Order: sequence, then structure tokens, then C-alpha cells
Amino acid sequence: MSDLNLFSVLILSALIVFFLSQKKAKNWQTSAGSERVHSLPVYYGYFGSIWTVIPALFVFAFWSFFSTNVISTMVVGQFVELQALDKSSLSLALNEIYLMSDASIVPSLSDNTIKAQAANLFMQYSQYSAIFKSITVLAIAALGFILTYWRITPTTKARNSVENIVVYALLSCAVIAILTTAGIIFSVLLESIEFFKTIPVSDFLFGTHWSPQIALREDQAGSSGAFGAVPLFWGTIFISLIAIIIAGPLGLISAIYLSEYASKRVRSIVKPVLEILAGVPTVVYGFFAALTIGPLVRDFGYWLREMGVNLDIQILANLTVSTESALAAGLVMGMMIVPFILSLSDDVIAAVPDSMRDGSTAMGATKSETVWKVIIPAALPGIVGGFLLAISRAIGETMIVLMAAGVASNLTANPMNSVTTVTTQIVTLLTGDQEFDSVKTLAAFALGLGLFITTLVLNIIALHVVRRYREQYE
Amino acid sequence: MRKGTDVELLQNLGDTVGKPLIDGDSRMSCSKVDVFYNNNNQAIFDISVDLGKNEILAMIGPSGCGKSTLLRCLNRMNDTIEGCKVEGEITLDGIDVYSKNIDPVLLRSNVGMVFQKPNPFPKSIYDNVAYGPRLHGLARNGAELDDLVEESLIKSGLWKETKDRLNKPGTGLSGGQQQRLCIARTIAVKPEVILMDEPTSALDPIATATIEELMYELKSSYTIAVVTHSMQQAARISDRTAYFHLGRLVEVNETNKVFTNPEHELTENYITGRFG
Amino acid sequence: MWLEDIESNMNNTKIVQASLKKRYAKERRFKAYGIFSISLSLLFLSFLLFDITHKAMPAFTQTYLKLDIDFSYKNLKLKEGSRYSEKELFSASYRQLTSKSLYEIFPEVTNRKDKKVLRNFVSSGAQYNLRDLVIENPSLIGTKKSIWVLADDDIDSFAKGLIDRNLPESERRIKDNQLVWIDTLEADNRIEKRLNIGFLTQGDSREPEQAGIWGAIKGSFFTMLITLILSFPIGVAAAVYLEEFAPKNNWFVDLIEVNINNLAAVPSVVFGILGLAVYINLFGLPRSAPLVGGLVLFLMTLPTIIIATRAAIKSVPPSIREAALGVGASKMQMISHHVLPLAMPGILTGSIIGMAQALGESAPLLMIGMVAFVADIPQGFMDPSTVLPVQIFIWSDSPERAFIALTSAAIVVLLIFLFLMNLLAIILRKKFETRW
Repeated sequence: MSDLNLFSVLILSALIVFFLSQKKAKNWQTSAGSERVHSLPVYYGYFGSIWTVIPALFVFAFWSFFSTNVISTMVVGQFVELQALDKSSLSLALNEIYLMSDASIVPSLSDNTIKAQAANLFMQYSQYSAIFKSITVLAIAALGFILTYWRITPTTKARNSVENIVVYALLSCAVIAILTTAGIIFSVLLESIEFFKTIPVSDFLFGTHWSPQIALREDQAGSSGAFGAVPLFWGTIFISLIAIIIAGPLGLISAIYLSEYASKRVRSIVKPVLEILAGVPTVVYGFFAALTIGPLVRDFGYWLREMGVNLDIQILANLTVSTESALAAGLVMGMMIVPFILSLSDDVIAAVPDSMRDGSTAMGATKSETVWKVIIPAALPGIVGGFLLAISRAIGETMIVLMAAGVASNLTANPMNSVTTVTTQIVTLLTGDQEFDSVKTLAAFALGLGLFITTLVLNIIALHVVRRYREQYE
Repeated sequence: MRKGTDVELLQNLGDTVGKPLIDGDSRMSCSKVDVFYNNNNQAIFDISVDLGKNEILAMIGPSGCGKSTLLRCLNRMNDTIEGCKVEGEITLDGIDVYSKNIDPVLLRSNVGMVFQKPNPFPKSIYDNVAYGPRLHGLARNGAELDDLVEESLIKSGLWKETKDRLNKPGTGLSGGQQQRLCIARTIAVKPEVILMDEPTSALDPIATATIEELMYELKSSYTIAVVTHSMQQAARISDRTAYFHLGRLVEVNETNKVFTNPEHELTENYITGRFG
Repeated sequence: MWLEDIESNMNNTKIVQASLKKRYAKERRFKAYGIFSISLSLLFLSFLLFDITHKAMPAFTQTYLKLDIDFSYKNLKLKEGSRYSEKELFSASYRQLTSKSLYEIFPEVTNRKDKKVLRNFVSSGAQYNLRDLVIENPSLIGTKKSIWVLADDDIDSFAKGLIDRNLPESERRIKDNQLVWIDTLEADNRIEKRLNIGFLTQGDSREPEQAGIWGAIKGSFFTMLITLILSFPIGVAAAVYLEEFAPKNNWFVDLIEVNINNLAAVPSVVFGILGLAVYINLFGLPRSAPLVGGLVLFLMTLPTIIIATRAAIKSVPPSIREAALGVGASKMQMISHHVLPLAMPGILTGSIIGMAQALGESAPLLMIGMVAFVADIPQGFMDPSTVLPVQIFIWSDSPERAFIALTSAAIVVLLIFLFLMNLLAIILRKKFETRW
């Protein structure tokens, strides 16, 4: 029986059991009411179908999930030649076997290589597995039905039981959050460990040369690549710094103006309009940065260089200028972050109690004095938390830097020059056809690990600071 | 004494009875003040009352009677509320505080205010008291500022308790101490008038007694207007008492007279607890 | 008088008054900074929108050339006969139809190289349009007819004024002889700009004049569908658990909460890594599939929906819960009959905003292979496809000038979708807003 059919049968039986159980419960109600029925009939319906189908579904899912691996192991066990292969070539061979065993490519089974034999065996085992799976799953469903249907009585607490199960279902939905984090850690950690077996952690963290492009042939010069991530870290920090230098004051001052000075009308118009900035997809910013702001920054750089030559300022005259620049990416990213900082600052400023404002105003302070001397100091922890969140967002931003900052790793303090970032490298290394186990690919996971840890720490600190701040005024 | 049912009385609130205006020099004086919120919502109707020098005027009345609104008009705190309009004339030493060339900042440095809930800034005790002087540049150097802070804390009776912990946050003090800190903060600017909006309503009885004593002492140097919910408090500390009702000033008289022999029946009903 | 009362110790009026001018100047300056900051952001936003719309304009029209096509048997390489099967028509030769027509118009062009240039006036896609035309209407065979065919992107760019004819020849993509030919065609009224419908109905193509976003829109649709189907019920369920059932001061619940808050701020590329490592490498799901894209975006959107739903549930007043419990409803009944329906507008608003974010997301999808060139329109959840924002990324990387307009136009389409979604959220919020 195919998986889809089996699934349909289960769902169908759930429906049937639902009506059967409900009917049974309704019969109690109509038959001379000797005893009170505990729950509404519909709950007995749910109760019956849950116990019939859920355990069967679990077995179904587990079997489906693990069968391929189990069967592969069994097949490999039959062939000494396959056992002799190392890990990566085994996985390649297995892939081939899967493909060959796919029913649609039957002709390839005619050849008599080990792989073809293995594929044949694989197909055979899979068929057995499917048959046993159907039998087991249906047996469990039948057992569940028998155990519940004949044992429900008017005193069975069907509602409580069903509700308890629903609570567990809800809980398992919430647990997905933990699973996601675990999945992230699992995916970056394993590969990173693999990576650090080849490249020492210190080389990665403190090396200043990054060129992951490994030569095609093993014996070529520089085939090992260089994995010193300092230029990437610097590029990331540099661009985030530019972004935050722009977005910080702009966002904060806008928030202050909107919350303390602007009339309600202006506020109700300007705030949503500025929030449009936050809703624009990052790829749009990337395009804008690369095609519009980039050339503008480059032209400005040329102008600066000319000025440098004319006025004989060495630093300017030797300026390296490129279309893909840290400044262009940072500028646009800064503008993207403005509404983020604006709304976070707005929240914390609004949380400062009005009594503070009144107190200060009654002392004869002007509005700006109240803002600078009372509100900002009072809101400072919250503002700092907001800035940390903004920095974490800037560090993790990908599309803008990918499109506008370039992929050349430069350890430079010149904002007109192109730099590359952690996120850019992750995407560049992981897109396109890669061997999954090459050092180059593993490097992306190591970078991912670094990125995850950094943003995680920033977020935890920021959330903690903001929460402490909120509690202070609650 | 006017007679009639409460409802009739409420419908025919006439002119203020008693002595709203004083004979001698007044420090502040209100004349025919109307206050509106959002154009048509009138909160205060035609109020005229004087604040004499070195006196405590208590303002009493049921909630929503407009006493706090009037208080906030006296140092133009109402300016911060959108859509609030004040008509009539309020003068400080004869000068109209709502006239165009009077600056609210300047006015507020002369008419300080203490609020219902103690609201020390989240700064040190010292910085709280030094806040006003620093704003207005009242001290020429650090030593002067130190003196000013000390003087204000002494006047507010907080010096002994806080002289060793001036750098500790003001929010760490007890409620009564916080309120005295707010008073110290206010008098550090050396105002002429101090407005107090139910200064003890958030405090326990002992702290309340301390604040009341302090108000009595401050009377010698300042004019004080205090809004209070507690008739006992008004009776204990004030020289004159003003009774407000539904945005109107019903009666102003010497405190003794208000509490022993009120002229208006509404006042009598209120102080005898028939409503409010 | 307090204004003149200088001698009095008590009074600092003079000092205060002296400081006022400076303080008010500061105040005005600060206010000006505020207005400046806000104006700057607004200016940036307008510049961004204007710039992109402006760049997108050329993509909405497409240049066509009127050619006299000779559908002769010889040209089509069909044997003279009465009926042709569709297969025969399909495999007939259409390549030279347009070239021959062009050679007829410009008999003076004889040089092989020039001929090639001339031939390329017509888009390489034109032959397929002609093929479709013939298959649809076989009676065309053997006749000669004037037909508007798609022009090449360079001709298109020139016709739209994007190439300056006053530049020196070496800096122009349109050379001098091409200019002459274009002018001739123009004089003959053989050049026309039409609405670019293909942009909305076709899949991606290497040729800008044939490239469209329908494939990307469908890819986005399938991806979003998966995201919505998973993240909405699971997000709401998780929020209901955390808000209504989770025990307080329980380390496991705290762990869940910390995880949700952090996941909301984890960079999107990290989710891409997760998708690559878990969905593709571990589970063996196919690359470039909307299913995997949807699964990745589901994990990204989940925290947003959970947080929004929790806020919405929190805003349902306790009085309603108490009323429900008071008439004997179980907790589950109270939630499903009262709390959730009342919280639904807030939940929907939050979910729409989460979906809008997911619709604009591109970085994690690059890593699960949705960045591949896909010309076919995807028909299901497993077909290789791309999504709108990734299509924008792919096009923005293309060297042809015409792709700038296409990219911008695709951005305009994406922004319109996002705008509509946000509008829906705002309308929902306004319509069902309840103040308790």
C-alpha cells in the first residue's frame, strides 16, 4: 500500500470511528438515563478517533522516516565492496543506488554491477518494508479502536481526556521553537567541528587572509585556500558601524521629535510612513544600494580624490574608490534600520512616566532640557538595548552587503573601498554546486556558527536590558 | 445661609461666597478664569481667588471639581496638554502670567510645583536637588551649588537623613523622603509660590505628618497653594480654604470659619460628609 | 514685582531671564534637528520609491517590429501538402522567417557580418511566437502577412531612449549602421511600443525582452502557501499554550520563551543554513523546491506569529474569560469559543505582517537553491522554482542593461503585493479594533 493510500485509510477510519463513538454516546443519552453521561457525545467521538489514529500515525511517521536509513544499512551489510568505501564515497554510491532503485529508471537494473545489485536488493527490501509498515500501522489502528470503543462508558471522562491531549498537542507546537534552535545549533556545530579539524580555530579567528577559492586540482599552488576570517569580521563591523552611526542619531532624534514635539496628527501620519522603510524587502535596498547609491558614492570618492590631488592632501589623493563600497552598503543599511531604532526608542521613551516630564517642566525646564536631562537618562538602558538589537540586525543583514559591498576581502578603513562580510561569504560559499564536505563549504558553516553566537549574545543582552528597564517603570 | 435641595443648589451655583479676594497685597490672583479642554469641554467656570503672601491656601472639593486644573493653570503646566485653553486673568505680583511676553520657563522658576506621586528623577539625591539650579545657572561654581543643595535639603528637613548618601539614587528613598526630596528640588530654584497637588495622598500617616510640618515651616518664606482630598489636612495646615464644586469655586473663607461655620450649604454638606 | 525684584535674595528671576535666550536657541536647534531627521528619512524613502519606479518605467512597454513574414513552404521547410500534424508544425523551421523579411526590407545589406547584425534586430523568442501562430492557425501557411514581432533588447532600449545616439560610436551599443536601419524602420512605421504583457505572464529568460515574472510569482505563491499552512496553525497553537496553559516559573516554559524571542532576531541566513543542512542534506528534500522554501520561511515566520498572537490573546479582558468559566465552560471551551474569536483580528493582522516579511525574504532561499535559473513555470511544490525577491536578485546581477528596468519593475510588483498585504492588515485592525 502506498504511503498516500495508507494515510487516506487512516483518516477515513478516524472519521468512521468518530461517528461510531459519537453514536454510542448518544445512545446512552436516549436510553433511560440511569446514569449521567460525563461528556458531550462529540467528545467521545474525538476520544475514539484520537486513540485509533494518533498512535498509528506516530508509527507510520517513524517508520517512514527511518526506513531508508535502516534499509541502506541492511543493503550495505550485504556487500563487502560497499563496506570498504569511505564515508563520502559511500554516500555518493548510496545516492546512485537510490536513483537506480527508483522504479522509473528500471532499465539500469539490467546491468550487473555491484550498485545495480544493491539497487535491486534495496528495491526488494523497500517493498517488504512497505508491506510490513501497512500491516503494522493498520494493526495498531485496529488495536486502538478495539481498546477505546469497547471500553468507553458513560463515566469515561472523554472531554478531560481529549482536552489533555490537545494541551499536549499545543505544547508540542511550542516546542518547535526549541527544536528550531537545536536544529540551527546542530547544523552549524557539526560542520564547524569538521572545519576546525582542518583549519585551526586560531587561524580562523586571527588570520588576516581570506581566499576560500580552492584550486581545481589538488596539486595546484594555494590549493588549500586561506581561511583567516579577520577581514570578514572587520567588514561586518565596519558596515554595521556606518549603519548604526547613521541610523542611531536619525532614529533616536526622530523618535524624540515624534513623541515629545509632534502633534498627534503629524505623529499618526509620519510614523506609519516611516515604517514603510522597515517593510521594504532587503533585496530592494540591495538593488538600490548597488545601482543608485553605489555610483553616487563612487562619484563622490572621485571628487574627493580630485580635491586631494588639487589641494595636495595625500590621504585623499591616494584614495581607493570602487563602485561596491562599505559606505554605500552602510548608508542604505542605516536608512533601513532607522524605523527599527525609531520604534524601539519610541517605546522606551513612551515608557518613561509622565510624572518625570511634569516634574521637570514644573522646575522650569524647557522641553529639550527635559528630554536630554531627564527622559534620555531615564530611558537610556532601553535605548541601549534597542541599539544592540539594531547592531545585531545590521550584522546579520545579508542582501544589502551581498549586492552592494562586494566579495573581495579587504582589510581597509577606507569606506570607499569594497569589503566583504560574514553573511556575504556564507551565501557565496553555499550557493552554486558545492561538494558538501569541501573545506570551503565547511567554512561557511563555521562562519554561520560565529554569526549565530554573536547575534544570540547581542540579543540576549539586549532583551535582558530592555526587560529590566521595563520592569523599573511597571 | 442659602437653603434648598442639593440638586437645586448644584443647578444654581452663583457667585463665590466668603472672601475669595484679600484686602492687602496678594502674591497671585485669579480673576474670572475659565478653562476649556478641546474647545467645548469647560472644566473651570469663572473663578476669582487671591493667594496672599506667606499663606497656605487649601483647595478642597470632590474629585473632578477642577481644583487640580486651577492649580496647574497657576504655573502654566496646562500648556503641556494639547487643546487646553485658559481664559481670564492670572497674575503673579500683578503681572499677567498668560501674557505673550511672559515666558513659561521663567514663570515656573518662580512658581514651583510638587505632585501627587513623589517623582524624583532617576538620578542621585544631589543631582535631583541640583537639577533646577543647573538648568537656570543659579550657582556660579561647585561650592555654591553644594551650598544651595545643602540649604534646600536642610529647609526640606532631609539633610540629616541624606547628607551621607547624596550620591545614592533619589528613587531609593522612602515615599515620604522622596516627596521631601521633591520639595527640596523645588525650593532649590527659590520660587515665590509653591503649588502642591495632593502632596501626601500617596504617603503613610507618619510621612504625611512630616510633610505637613514642613509645609507649615515653609509658609514663612513662600506662598503655598495645596490641593488636598483630606479635609483634616486642610483644617490642620491652611490659613484659608477654598471649596470647589463641579468646576466652580463655591466658597473661600478662613479655614476656621469653613470648618466650623460655612456660609454655603454645599460646603457644609461636603465637610459634614453628606457627599464627596 | 517679581520681574524687577532684583535685590531680593529670594528671587532668581534676573539670572533665569538672562539664561533664557541661549536656552531657547538650543530648544529651537533641537527641534530643527528633529524635523531634519524625519525629513531626511522621508526624503530617502521618496527617493528610493521614485528612483525604482522611474527605472521600472521602460519595462512596462516592449518594442515590436512590423515585418512582412512569408509563410511559404520553402521558408518553413515543410513539404507542400494539405494537412500537417501538430508535431510537424511544431518542428517546422521558423528561424529564418524574420531574417528573410528583414533582408527584403534592406536589400543593400549583403555583408555576412552586417546580415547577422540585422538578423538580431528581432528577439530570438520571435520564432516561437510565429510557431505558436502557425500552429493555432495553419491556414497561414503559404501566405504572406504583416506581423508585429518582438524586437531585441538593444533595439528596445534604443527605442525607449535609453541609448544616446549622440555618443561616439565606440561607446554605444547601437552602431551607426544599425541607427540608419532603425531610422528607416521608424520612417516606415514599422516600430511600435506596446504594453509588455509578457512580463507578467512569462517565466524567466536569458533574453531580457522575453523575461517575465510569472514563474517567480507562482514560486512565491507555492512557497507562501506552505509557510502559511504551517506557521499559522502552529504559531497560534504555540501561543495559546504559552499564554493559557504554560505553568509559570517552569524552566522548560522559560526555555521555550527565550527561544522564541531569540529566534525572532536570528539573522535570516542562519535559517538558510538550517534549511540546507537539515531539510536538504538530512531529510533529502529536493533543492530549489517551494516546499523547502516554505519550510524555511515557516521557521522564520513562526516567532512573529507567536508573539503577535500572544499579544492579541493578552488583550482579551479577563472579564470575558471569567464570564465563560462562570457559566461552566471548560478552559478549552473558553479559549475556543471566546478568547480566540475575540483575538482573531489581532492574530490575523500579525500573521499578515509575518507573511509580508516572508514574502520579501530572499537570503535564506539563496542557500536552498532557489537562486537557480528556472525558465519553466513551476506547477507544484516540488518543481524547481524561484521566488519574486530572489528573481530580483538574479536579474540585478545580469549584465544586460534592459534587466535594470525588469528588476525595477519586478520590485514594483513585489512592493505592490506587500502594500496590499499591509493595507489588508491595517483594514482588519481598523475594522475589528475593540477598546476594552
